[in-house]
Amino acid sequence: MQWDIVIGLEIHVQLATQTKIFSGSSTAYGAEPNTQANAVDLAMPGTLPVPNEQAFRYAVMFGLAVNAEIERRSVFERKNYFYPDLPKGYQTTQLERPIVGPGYVDIDLANGETKRVRIHHAHLEEDAGKSLHEDFHGMTGIDLNRAGTPLIEVVTEPDMNNADEAVAFAKKLHGIVTSLGICDGDMSQGSMRFDVNISLKPKGADTLGTRTETKNLNSFRFMEQAIAHEVERQMDILEDGGTIVQETRLYNGDRDESRSMRTKEEANDYRYFPCPDLLPVEIDEAFIDEARNSLPELPDARKARFMEQYGLNDYDASLLASDSKLAVFFEAVAERGKDAKLASNWVQGEFSARLNAEEKSVADSPISGAQLGDLVVRIADNTISSAGAKKVFEALWTGENDNVDAIIDAKGLKQVSDTGELEKMVDDVLASMPDQVAQYQQESDPKKQKKMLGGFMGPLMKASKGQGNPKLFNEILVKKLGG
Amino acid sequence: MHNKSVAELSRELESGKISSVELTREFLGRLKKEDEQLNSFISITEEQALADAHAADEQRAAGRATPWTGVPFAHKDIFCTNGVATTCGSKMLANFVPPYDATVTANFRKAGAVCLGKTNMDEFAMGSSTESSYFGATTNPWGLSKGEKRVPGGSSGGSAAAVAARLVPAATATDTGGSIRQPAALCGVTGLKPTYGRVSRYGMIAFASSLDQGGTIARSAEDNALMLNVMAGFDPKDSTSIDREVPDYTATLNEPLKGLRIGLPKEYFTGNLSAAMEEQVRSAIREYEKLGATVKEVSLPHADLAIAAYYVIAPAEASANLSRFDGARYGYRCEDPKDLLDMYTRTRAEGFGAEVKRRILVGTYALSAGYFDAYYLKAQKVRRLIQQDFINAFSEVDVLMSPTTPSPAFIQGEKTSDPVTMYLEDVFTIAINLAGVPAMSVPAGFVDGLPVGLQIIGDYFSEARLLNAAHQFQQVTDWHQREPQ
Amino acid sequence: MTISRKDIEKVAVLARIRVDEEQVSALEKDLGNILDLVDQLSAADTDSVAPMAHPLDAVQRLRPDEVTETDQREAFQAIAPATENGLYLVPRVIE
Repeated sequence: MQWDIVIGLEIHVQLATQTKIFSGSSTAYGAEPNTQANAVDLAMPGTLPVPNEQAFRYAVMFGLAVNAEIERRSVFERKNYFYPDLPKGYQTTQLERPIVGPGYVDIDLANGETKRVRIHHAHLEEDAGKSLHEDFHGMTGIDLNRAGTPLIEVVTEPDMNNADEAVAFAKKLHGIVTSLGICDGDMSQGSMRFDVNISLKPKGADTLGTRTETKNLNSFRFMEQAIAHEVERQMDILEDGGTIVQETRLYNGDRDESRSMRTKEEANDYRYFPCPDLLPVEIDEAFIDEARNSLPELPDARKARFMEQYGLNDYDASLLASDSKLAVFFEAVAERGKDAKLASNWVQGEFSARLNAEEKSVADSPISGAQLGDLVVRIADNTISSAGAKKVFEALWTGENDNVDAIIDAKGLKQVSDTGELEKMVDDVLASMPDQVAQYQQESDPKKQKKMLGGFMGPLMKASKGQGNPKLFNEILVKKLGG
Repeated sequence: MHNKSVAELSRELESGKISSVELTREFLGRLKKEDEQLNSFISITEEQALADAHAADEQRAAGRATPWTGVPFAHKDIFCTNGVATTCGSKMLANFVPPYDATVTANFRKAGAVCLGKTNMDEFAMGSSTESSYFGATTNPWGLSKGEKRVPGGSSGGSAAAVAARLVPAATATDTGGSIRQPAALCGVTGLKPTYGRVSRYGMIAFASSLDQGGTIARSAEDNALMLNVMAGFDPKDSTSIDREVPDYTATLNEPLKGLRIGLPKEYFTGNLSAAMEEQVRSAIREYEKLGATVKEVSLPHADLAIAAYYVIAPAEASANLSRFDGARYGYRCEDPKDLLDMYTRTRAEGFGAEVKRRILVGTYALSAGYFDAYYLKAQKVRRLIQQDFINAFSEVDVLMSPTTPSPAFIQGEKTSDPVTMYLEDVFTIAINLAGVPAMSVPAGFVDGLPVGLQIIGDYFSEARLLNAAHQFQQVTDWHQREPQ
Repeated sequence: MTISRKDIEKVAVLARIRVDEEQVSALEKDLGNILDLVDQLSAADTDSVAPMAHPLDAVQRLRPDEVTETDQREAFQAIAPATENGLYLVPRVIE
């Protein structure tokens, strides 16, 4: 049987505020356990929450960026359940009146088409702490530094139909929140976490099948794998005549397996009710206007500008524009290096490959956009060959030297581009290879001739000690050989 | 000295007739002796009190005194006190020493007042008799002369009993459904529950967040005004605290009452109110007429629904507020939990008393899937009807007056077997919390040798007017001066 | 409205309060009485009434995003039942 895959996402986005959503504790990552958990975060008796204005500003900016309605009077509810990483025994969240209403995001598909994914809503809530299950004499350790970190949970409609679309949406959302500067986007630190709702239905059927939710995926790769895994699992069950159980599942990316966390029957009765310690939050037009005016350029607009301003093609522009830090880096390279196409090639090529290989983010790059720009300048003006450029890049990356020209000099990578000098070398080499010259001149097939030119390049490069500009050698050769 | 009011003690300290250290020693001596019978204190903080008294004397000598500098008082054991055990009357918090102050506590500290200890209360402020305290029941000083052990009311029974017995001149208290006014009435002292949001709730251990309000218990209205001057005010740490100017509540105590329009809610003069109680209250109202007030009957048509709405909203909020007591970070943890669930369920079964558990279970039930609309949502709608009753009444009159309780202090143990009987103690006080308006209880006579309270209810933020009305009454009566033998 | 033994067992689990078998009957009676009291609500006509969450018609104040807290772990963990290496210790979750 043929199946339609239906996917909806819930994305937890940690907001890059200085302090927690309901207390003045720092949210900085990596502190010693429980050193950033104050009386409010620890749910000490009598303590009370006071919401962070910046969390609301960020949520409103997000809402505007995804074309959503902003709720003018939003309300916090308590979601009640017991867990050691949840100190109050309830999570303060928004249910009935979330700050961000319905909106949408357009994603680019591999076939060049655009697809609209609707956003159901996005709400503000507090993050939980962390449970550390290493062995403390059979006990679990609780670190509440993260407890109370502001999150927006973005809930989409079930508008995606395969893993590629879901990943494209996730990446697009990542680009939006990092461009807005409301999230650092660092998935390895849990700054963005994805829950995937998946169901299958017979191809073309109207009614949705029973869905499962796979929770807490923290990389695009795991998300892709988890979807593939879950689709296959459901398909196997359905094709064997079985039924899907509505449940929450956990995916283990390292082993590519998943297991049930709880079924709907076991699902908690969360007893939501309006939090009596907090009042309705009213957002006025001035607040929204201020947020709107502070919106930076978003990926879609940036892509259009890259195509217009730098003459990049759709694919390159889209790729560079989607990640705000990469986009900023690219622009620094292009500005210094002048040749935008070459800048784009180097940023997407050597530079990105090196970051990936070393699992570094743009922010951790040992070389600056200006340095790579200088390198691009020297490639474009033929000072160095592309082989030489790779050597310069290596020296910059390893910190051997931070000046492109100094590296070129030190390593003797400068190409000889003085045509007089080059012509003399060509004359000498041709004079020493009369047989090959004769063969070339007797050949009538230009393709074969072109191939034969390579035979002269070796001796020429040797004569120039590797510094002759190969492009110029080529031109002179063709001229001298009377081609 | 122990019979003097806060205002008088303040003057004596100012004149140098007595030092705070001397005063504190005298009160501590009396407290340690007399409280064996009453059990109105959970803890007495002698060392800290004497240190604070020394500091207060120095402040006074340096000319930096407030009216409270060096004056002894006590906190209800629901207000967190930095470095001093704060138990909320519960086994759950028997060992809990907060490393922080409630805003109310900090305010009294700043004013230089000398806290002698923490007063007894119903566990987590859930009760009307101070019998549910893990630290034993408090006894009402009235009735002791006849050898009767009567309840002081609750939940602020420790504060009311201590003030009535002259162990302290004043004590803080809290009121969620009557927990200041009912014990004040039963102990023959004066108590004020301010407008919701007038006094910060930060560091005041929550029972029902939308109803809880900190307030005052002292013998006279004037002393209540002095207390409120310290307690009232905006607190950036409490989102429900109101940013509104705080008047000097003592400044208007002597305004004449001529023309004051008093409304008598007819629904509060029926039912199980005894004839003798009613007569005392009506006689007090006649005093007001003599002072120039006019009296008319008004109606609060939804009054009979107040207890029902309250017993949904308060337990629902409590069920979530008390979830933090889980044995993980502070307070009681059961012995040898075998796993996480066992720790939770035994810690909470052993750490909470019967009434607290009942209310958590009722609240959990009212919020659970399938019952939310019929209980919680319905109660919130009824709450608005009740509020509207008060708004309508205050469009016709300045204050409302009624009995505070249907009957005087009852014998300990009399109402503990059936929770609902106990709940009916608050029949005249509970609607005020639902509406959020301020109200006082003022001593207004005796029935069978037991004090009777007159409840005075005001519009939002009319504390100054209530205190003025109570003070003027106390200029022409001496019920609040009567001392239990 | 009566509350069944099953209901009591259910809410006890939700509230994480252990209720022993011999306590259930007393709770059934007490909670039943409380719910009888509360059932008066159903008589009220509230069709056009908006629910009231707060006594005052105030709106939420928002706090500036500035760090105001310092590390007080030592003070907080001094009153904790069990800690190690700065972590709160709780028994394992048995699934």
